[in-house]
Amino acid sequence: MSRRTLVVVIGIIAVIGFALAALFYPRQPASDYLPAEATQPAEAPTAQNLVRFHSPSFGPADARVTVVEFFDPSCEACRAFYPIVKQMMDKHPQDIRVVVRYVLNHRGSEEAARIIEAARKQNMFVPVLEALLDSQPAWHDDAQVMAGWEAAERAGLDVRKAREQMHSADINAALSKDAADAQRLGIRGTPTFFVNGRALTQFGAQPLYDLIRSEIDKPR
Amino acid sequence: MDDPQPDPWLPLFCAWLLALIATLGVLFVGEVMGQAPCNLCWFQRAFMFPLVPVLAVACFLCDAGVWRYALPLAVLGWLVALYHNLLYFRVVPEAIKPCGMGPSCSGSDMMVFDSLPLASLSLGVFSLIIVLLLIVRRRLSA
Repeated sequence: MSRRTLVVVIGIIAVIGFALAALFYPRQPASDYLPAEATQPAEAPTAQNLVRFHSPSFGPADARVTVVEFFDPSCEACRAFYPIVKQMMDKHPQDIRVVVRYVLNHRGSEEAARIIEAARKQNMFVPVLEALLDSQPAWHDDAQVMAGWEAAERAGLDVRKAREQMHSADINAALSKDAADAQRLGIRGTPTFFVNGRALTQFGAQPLYDLIRSEIDKPR
Repeated sequence: MDDPQPDPWLPLFCAWLLALIATLGVLFVGEVMGQAPCNLCWFQRAFMFPLVPVLAVACFLCDAGVWRYALPLAVLGWLVALYHNLLYFRVVPEAIKPCGMGPSCSGSDMMVFDSLPLASLSLGVFSLIIVLLLIVRRRLSA
């Protein structure tokens, strides 16, 4: 076979082979990634739709600054932001309260959020949240969150009890309320922050800190 | 190689095959398996895809002088792949990017066969193509 023929034949084989492989590849119905549709916010952020009674929070209830974080336990960026937010709280322990709202965008998100909520019932909110974030790379693509359960157990969670509690009516209601509020507010990515109701317009640790500082420094 | 004038066609042909396989491979991962390419992947694609027709024509015409055109493409792609690897293996930090707004370049999604990072595969293929093109160059001037 001449070189020219070889080049042409291989080119044709490559195209046909690709077409056949694409044709017979078993397609998965859902993609890995479920970015929320770019919805226009239907509601402006208010004290009511940002902070619900059920929402977990850190820090003093009477803090001057309330930071609302729309949070996905399976999101890398949320994981990266956790120590940053914690550091800011340590710097201003009297002034900052952080309220967590769930946005469930990944495969393991819902299970992980339910583990955290069940942990809350056992007064294990912070250790289990930290254990889940710490082990996130190991479970982030797993709908069963196996590695997350193991990490939560090591952190002291009563797994048997948590598995009973995680589908309780109040947790279902809390998750669907969070999803509804996130949609009404037009939340797209996580983490999305609101500081005293003001949206963080530029993403990043420094802009967040600047916004928090500007609220702390406001005259009472 | 005892041949006083070794043939540059074979390494050229191998370079084309590598570029062809790499191109069809990323198209398969991206378009058929539905794994969205991250930003840096797009830049590597921009340098890998043109190598396929360029090297194909060169193989067809036995034009070893193509290394002058193909090598810059391969080197630029190699540089992007190198940077992508540094990000992926956290040698250089990546700015935190919110989730749900496009895939992360250093995320765990950027893998094939569950263990092989796409960025490393890309760096390997660009490296091999560069080596092959350098062999073509040497045999051409020999």
